Amino acid sequence: MQVTMVVNDEEVTREIEGRLLLVHFLRDHLALTGTHWGCDTSNCGTCVVWLDGEPVKSCTVLAAMAGGHEVRTVEGLEQGGELDPVQKGFVECHGLQCGFCTPGMMMTARALLDRNASPSEGEIREAISGQICRCTGYSTIVRSIQWAAAEEAGTRTTTADAASAADVPTTADSGSAS
Amino acid sequence: MTTVAGSPVTEFENNDQKPVGHGRMLRKEDPRFVRGRGRYVDDVQLPGMLHLAILRAPMAHARIVSVDTSLAEAHPKVKLVVTGAMLAEKGLAWMPTLSNDVQAVLATDKVRFQGQEVAFVVAEDRYSARDALELIDVEYEMLDPVVDVRKALDPAAPVIRDDLDGKSDNHCFDWETGDAEATEDVFARADVIVSEDIVYPRVHPAPMETCGSVADFDAVDGRLTLWSTTQAPHAHRTLYAIVAGLPEHKIRVISPDIGGGFGNKVPIYPGYVCSVVGSLLTGKPVKWMEDRSENLTSTGFARDYVMRGEIAATRDGRILGIRTNVLADHGAFNGTAAPVKYPAGFFGVFTGSYDIEAAYCKMTAVYTNKAPGGVAYACSFRITEAVYLVERIVDCLAYELDMDPAELRLRNFIQPEQFPYTSKTGWVYDSGDYEPTMRLSMELAGYGELRREQEEKRARGELMGIGVSFFTEAVGAGPRKDMDILGLGMADGCELRVHPTGKAVVRLSVQTQGQGHETTFAQIVSEETGIPPSDIDVVHGDTDQTPFGLGTYGSRSTPVSGAAAALVARKVRDKARLIASGMLEVPATDIEWTKGSFHVKGDPSASVTIQDIAMRAHGAGDLPEGIEGGLEAQICYNPENLTYPHGAYICVVDVDPGTARVTVRRFVAVDDCGTRINPMIIEGQVHGGLTDGVGMALMEMIAFDEDGNCLGGSLMDYLIPTALEVPDWETGFTVTPSPHHPIGAKGVGESATVGSPPAVVNAVVDALKPFGVRHADMPLTPSRVWEAMQGRPMPPI
Repeated sequence: MQVTMVVNDEEVTREIEGRLLLVHFLRDHLALTGTHWGCDTSNCGTCVVWLDGEPVKSCTVLAAMAGGHEVRTVEGLEQGGELDPVQKGFVECHGLQCGFCTPGMMMTARALLDRNASPSEGEIREAISGQICRCTGYSTIVRSIQWAAAEEAGTRTTTADAASAADVPTTADSGSAS
Repeated sequence: MTTVAGSPVTEFENNDQKPVGHGRMLRKEDPRFVRGRGRYVDDVQLPGMLHLAILRAPMAHARIVSVDTSLAEAHPKVKLVVTGAMLAEKGLAWMPTLSNDVQAVLATDKVRFQGQEVAFVVAEDRYSARDALELIDVEYEMLDPVVDVRKALDPAAPVIRDDLDGKSDNHCFDWETGDAEATEDVFARADVIVSEDIVYPRVHPAPMETCGSVADFDAVDGRLTLWSTTQAPHAHRTLYAIVAGLPEHKIRVISPDIGGGFGNKVPIYPGYVCSVVGSLLTGKPVKWMEDRSENLTSTGFARDYVMRGEIAATRDGRILGIRTNVLADHGAFNGTAAPVKYPAGFFGVFTGSYDIEAAYCKMTAVYTNKAPGGVAYACSFRITEAVYLVERIVDCLAYELDMDPAELRLRNFIQPEQFPYTSKTGWVYDSGDYEPTMRLSMELAGYGELRREQEEKRARGELMGIGVSFFTEAVGAGPRKDMDILGLGMADGCELRVHPTGKAVVRLSVQTQGQGHETTFAQIVSEETGIPPSDIDVVHGDTDQTPFGLGTYGSRSTPVSGAAAALVARKVRDKARLIASGMLEVPATDIEWTKGSFHVKGDPSASVTIQDIAMRAHGAGDLPEGIEGGLEAQICYNPENLTYPHGAYICVVDVDPGTARVTVRRFVAVDDCGTRINPMIIEGQVHGGLTDGVGMALMEMIAFDEDGNCLGGSLMDYLIPTALEVPDWETGFTVTPSPHHPIGAKGVGESATVGSPPAVVNAVVDALKPFGVRHADMPLTPSRVWEAMQGRPMPPI
C-alpha cells in the first residue's frame, strides 16, 4: 500500500506493507535513525515521536495509521540551525550518556513544556515515566528539562549548588517553545 | 564560551588553575546524540544488506529429533536457512566461551535452555526473516530440565552437558580462597557467630540497545567487516579469527556508538557468529538485531549466587572472621567473562572494608538449563556479590549485637596507615581512608537526625528504614602476569599523534558505551600536554584504527587505558621537550614545562608552545641530534595492581504497613575514586549505578518456573526503575588517590551498582525490625516484603 505523511515538515510518500511499524518506517525507509527501538512490549519509550503534536510510541503505531498525519522526530527538533532548549538542556545538565533513550526523552520533554511551561519535579518524572533510561538515573534528565524550562522563561540563574547548571552563562538565544 | 552546536563546550571547575585538563567539561559526544545523529549498529545500512532472524528453543531441555526447513527455504524472500547440523559440517556449531568452556552456536544434539539458538534465516527484510522462522518445523523429544540450583548435583539430576566427554553430572567447577583452618580457629573463639542464607538472584543488565551485528564479507579480498555491539572489539576480533579460521589481519571489527553495555556486550553471542556465517554464505552484508525478549532470555545474565554467609565477632563488635559457602548457577554453558585464573571473578574481596583476622570461601558452580552468563551488569567480576554478602552479613551482626550498623562499620575499618593492605584472601588494596568517607556520608544524610525520626515513626507504627553500605571495589584488570582473557593479557594500548598544527588524535583500545571516553580521554591528554580538549579527537572501537587492548568492562578504562593515555601523552611531552631544547637553544635540562609550553628556566619570556613544537616536529629545518620527525608515541600499559575505590552509601526507605510497598525516599552516595577527571561524568555514572541498585533490590529478577520457562523475558515482567521509582540522588566525594596510577585515578563506573543494593536491602530490613526480620532476599517486591512481615521470608529461587 501507499502511504503519504508529513515528517519533520516534509511530505513523504512510500510503498509499504500494511503491517509495517512506524518506528521501522522512520528508521529503515526514511533513514531517520535517531528514533530507536528498545523493547517489544511498548514499555521503554526509546521510539517516542510526535503524531500531530502528541508523543506516541512509534513501535506501537502502524506506519499506515500515520498516513495523512504529521510526524515529528528528534531530527526535527532543531529549528533553523538552532538547538531546541530541551536539546541544550540535556547537553548542559549531562542528561544523557549512551544517548539511546535521549531522542525519545527529548520529544516527551518538548511536548511537556509546550503544555506546561514550568512543570514541577513530580510532573516531569510523571511525564517521562513511560520511558526507561539505563544510564542516567533520571536526576540529570529532570534537571535538563528544568534547565530548558528556565531557559525559555528567561529565569535561569546560576546556582552554586547544582553542579549540573553551574557556571553556565545564559545564552542570548533563549528560543521560545517550538 | 558556552556553545552547544559545532564546537564542544569547555568549562572547568577551577577556571583560574585549570585552563585545560581535568575538571567539569561538557561532553564531546552530546552534539550528535541530541540531534539523533549517533550511529548505532542498527543504523548501519549497506547496499544489498540482508536481515537475519534466529529460531529459538521453546523449552529448556529437549533432544532435537529433526529440523525441517523446506517451507522456510521456499519463502520468496528467504535467501538462506541454516541449522546446527549445517554448521557442524563446517566445524562451526560450537564456539569457545570466555571461560574456556564451549557454547553451541546453533543446537545440534539438544537444546539446553529456553531461548537457545536452533536455526537461522536470512531474508530480504527483517519482517520476512521473522515470517520464515514460523515455517521451520523442529521436532523435539522433551527431557527433564534442571532448574533449581540446589538440586543440580543430585545424582538423579539429568545431565545437561552430555556433549562434554565423560560428563556424568552438572558440576561446573569448585573454587576456594582464604584460609579454612585459620577461619575455623577464629570462629571457635568468637563470642558471637551469625549465619544467614543470602541469595543474589539472577538479574539482567538489559541495556536499552539490544545486541546486534552487521557482517560484511568481501569475497574478493577475503576481508570481513563486522559492526557489532561489543565492549571489547579487539578481543572479539581475535576470537573470530580463532572460531571462523579467518586471518586476523583480514577482520575488522567496528564497535560504533553503543546504546549501553553494562557487561551485556562483553561475550560473543551466537547471533554475531550467525551473521558472519550468513554473510560468508550469501556474499552480502547481513544484519542481526535481537529483540528485547531475546536479549533478556538468551544473553548474559548477572549474579545468581546462593550464599551462606557467616560472621564471627566479639561481643563488643570486633569482627574476627567471615566465612562463606557459595552455590553458583552458571546456566547451560559456562560463559562467564572473567580472567582465566579467576573462575569466580574477584569474589575473593568479600572481606570488604574491614580489618579481620581470617576469611574463607568455598564455592561450587553448577550447570542448569538456563542461559549462560554470570559476570555482567556492572559487577566488576563478581564484586557485586562479594559486597552484597559482606554488607548484608555485617548488618545481620549489627542486628544480633543490637548495635548501630554505621558504628559497627566504623569500629572495623582498615585504617589509612595500613595501606597498601593485604586482605586475608590475598588482595592488595592500594589506598583508602574510610572513616572520613563514612562520616561525610552520615553528615550529608543527617544520620543522627534520621535515627531520631525513625524512632518517632516507629512509636507511631510507621515503617521507616535506614540502610548503610560501605564498600571497597577492585577495578582495573589487570596485571598481565595474573590476568588474561583466553590467553590475552589484560593490558591496554594507546596511541597519540599530534598533527603539525597542534591538533591531536588519541586512539584507545577501550570502547565507551556511554561513559564519556571521547570527552574524558581528551581531558587526560589535555592535562598532560596542554593541548585543549576540543583540539583532541578520541578514536575508539575500530580494530583497524586503534591499538590492541581488552576493552571496557570491570571499570577498567580509567585504571588501565586512562593510565596508558596519560603515559603516552608524557612520552610525547618528553619528545617535545627535546625539540623545544633545539628551538630555545638551551639544554633540555634547562627547560621547564608549564601547562601547554616549555620555557627556559628563569626566563619565562623564552618559551615555545606545544603547538609551535608540533609544527617544528613536522616542518623543515633541523631537529636535535637523534630526534625523528613527527610528534607521536604509542604505549602498551600493564598495570601493576588493580585500583580500589571505595564509598559510603546511606539509603532511607518508607514501607507502607498496609501494602508492604517500599519507597526509596532518599539516597546519599559518597564515592572516593581518587583523582577525579570529570566530576560531572562521575556523578552521572554514580546516578546510573544507584538506579541499578534500587532496581535489583526492589524490582528486578529473571525467574524460572519448574519447567525452565523464563518468567522475566520481557519488560512486562522484568521491571526496571522509571523516574517514578527512584529519588533525586544526593552525592558527595572524598579523594584518596591511587598511589600506583599515573594520575592517581581509580575506576568508578560500577561502584554504585556494587554498593547500592546492600544499602537498599539493609534499609528495608531495618524498616522491618519491629517484625523481627533479620534478612529478606531481593527483589523486595511488595509481596516478598509482605511475606517477610508475616515471618515467612522466602528465598527467591
